[in-house]
Amino acid sequence: METILTVNHLTKKFGYLTAVKDLSFTIEKGNVYGILGPNGSGKSTTLGIVLNVVNKTEGEFSWFDGNTSTHQALKKVGAIIERPNFYPYMTAVQNLKLVCKIKGVSGEKIEEKLKLVDLLDRKNSKFRNYSLGMKQRLAIASALLNDPEILILDEPTNGLDPQGIHQIREIIKTIAASGTTILLASHLLDEVEKVCSHVVILRKGIKLYSGRVDGMLASHGFFELKSENQELLLKFLEENEDFGQVKVENGLVTAFPKDEIDAEVLNKTLFENGIVLSHLVKRRESLEEQFLTLTKNKET
Amino acid sequence: MKRLLQIEFIKLWNSRASKILIISYFVLLTCIALIAAVKFDIGPIKFHLADQGIFNFPYIWHFNTYVASFFKLFLAIVIVSMMANEYSNKTIKQNLIDGLSKKEFVLSKFLTVISFSIISTFFIFVVSLILGLLYSDYNEPSIIFSDLDFLLAYFIKLVGFFSFCLFAGVLIKRSAFALGFLILWQVFELFVRGMLRWQFLDGDTTNSVMNFFPLTSMGNLIKEPLSRLGAVQSVANEIGEKLELNYQVHWYEVLIVLCWTVIFVYLSYALLKKRDL
Repeated sequence: METILTVNHLTKKFGYLTAVKDLSFTIEKGNVYGILGPNGSGKSTTLGIVLNVVNKTEGEFSWFDGNTSTHQALKKVGAIIERPNFYPYMTAVQNLKLVCKIKGVSGEKIEEKLKLVDLLDRKNSKFRNYSLGMKQRLAIASALLNDPEILILDEPTNGLDPQGIHQIREIIKTIAASGTTILLASHLLDEVEKVCSHVVILRKGIKLYSGRVDGMLASHGFFELKSENQELLLKFLEENEDFGQVKVENGLVTAFPKDEIDAEVLNKTLFENGIVLSHLVKRRESLEEQFLTLTKNKET
Repeated sequence: MKRLLQIEFIKLWNSRASKILIISYFVLLTCIALIAAVKFDIGPIKFHLADQGIFNFPYIWHFNTYVASFFKLFLAIVIVSMMANEYSNKTIKQNLIDGLSKKEFVLSKFLTVISFSIISTFFIFVVSLILGLLYSDYNEPSIIFSDLDFLLAYFIKLVGFFSFCLFAGVLIKRSAFALGFLILWQVFELFVRGMLRWQFLDGDTTNSVMNFFPLTSMGNLIKEPLSRLGAVQSVANEIGEKLELNYQVHWYEVLIVLCWTVIFVYLSYALLKKRDL
C-alpha cells in the first residue's frame, strides 16, 4: 500500500490550550478517510498543520515518501479549508489560472473542472458575486485542477442549504468513485458514513480511534427479535453462551452476540427450540451509535 | 522567478483599483515633462522655467529624481494593499495550501517591488534624457552621463521605501491601518528628531543620529536640489549668504537604506513564518 501522509506524535498548543495532543495516523492511497469529532476537537488544526498554514508545536508529519518538502508535496494535493478563499475582484477563470500558476500545471483543465462542478456558464462572473454554494464548488474545482493524489475537504457542506449540501455530496461521490484518495473532516456523522471507508476520531485533540469504519467497535452487530412467546425467547437467549447483553424495549428484543452468528442459523436454532419469530433483523450499529459508544467508553 | 512574477502580475493586473493607481503613477512620472511648459509671460516679466537651468545636464538627474520620488506614494498604496489584502481575503492561506512556500510568497512580493523600482528608474531615465536633450545648455555625452548616481539612489530609495510598505502590510494586515502606520512612523521620526534636538544633542549630531532611521535615511539619499539652482545661488550671494552645499549621494547612506531593506524583508518573512493563519 502506498502511503500518502504519515503523522507522528503531532502536538499543537495555542498558549495554555492544547488543540491537538500526540496525534498519529497514516493515510493510504485509494481509501476515503473521515476525520470525525465535535466542533473544537482539533480537526481543522490538524489539517492546517499538514497543509503548512499552522505551525506545529511538537511531532512531525511527512508527505508521500517523506523526501519532498511540504510545499512541493502540496502541489500534488488538493485542499479546501473551512471557507473558500479567492480574490473577490477576479473571475472564476482568472482565479483558477492563478492556482494553476502556483501549482505549476497548465491551464487546460480549467474548463473541464468547472464543468464537473457545474459552474461553466458562470465562469466569467466575479468571485464576489457568487453564492456560498457556488464559492464552495469553485473551491472544489480549484482543488482538482492538478488531478491531486489526495483531496482534503474540511467541512465542505458547512453553511450550505440542503440543495447545496446534496450537490457537494454528489461531487464528492463522483470523485471518490474515480479512485482519488479523499480526506474528509466533518462533524456530520451521516456525511462521513455515506462516503468513508476509514475514520480517525478526535475529541479535545486526542485520538480515540483510527482504522476501518466497521472495525470501530469490537462488535458483531446485533439482532432485533420479536416473538409471540417472548418469555421463552428471553430464557433461551440468556442461557445461550453465544449471546452477551439482551435488552427489551417496547416488546422488541435486542440481543448482542459474542461471536459472528448468521441470521439464518439463529432462526433455525430458535425454531428447533420451539420459538417462532415474527420479526428478525440483523443490524450493525450506525456510525452515530458507534461514535457515541466510543466517546462514552473513553470518558469513563 | 518568472513564475513568481507572473503570479503577482495576475493578482495585480486583474484588480481595477491597482491597475488605475499603477497607470496614473506612470502617467504622473511622465508629467514631470510638463514642468517644461511652465511659462509666465506678463508684460515685462518673462519667466520660462525650462530656461532657468533645471533641465541642464547633469543637474536634471538630481532634480527629476527628487521630484519623482514624491509620486512613490501612489505605488505605496498599491504595495501595502497587495500585501494586506492577502490577509483580509485570506488568500494567503489558500496560496500556501496550493503549494506556494512562505519564502516564495515573500519573494514574489519583493520581486514585484524590485520590478516597480526598476521600471520607475528606467522611466525617469528616459523622461529626463529627452527633456535634457531638448532644453539642456550642455549636450556633450561626458556631461550627459555624469552624476548618474542619482538614478541609483532613486532606485535604492524606492526599493527601501516599498520594502517598508511591504512590512507594514504584513505587520498590520489591514491596508488602511497599514498606511496609517506609515504616516504615524513619519510623525514618530519627526518627534524623535525634535526631542533629540531639544533635550540632548546639537544640530549636527541630531542629523547624524537621525540618518539611521528608515524614513529619514531614505529621504537623505536625494537631497533637495533647489539650492543648487544658479538663480537661487546668485540671490544668496547677493544677500551675503554662502550656501553650504553637500548634495552628493554618499555610499554610507546607500548602505543604511540597503540594511533597512534587508531588515524589512527578513522581518516580513519571519513574521509570516511565525504566525498561524
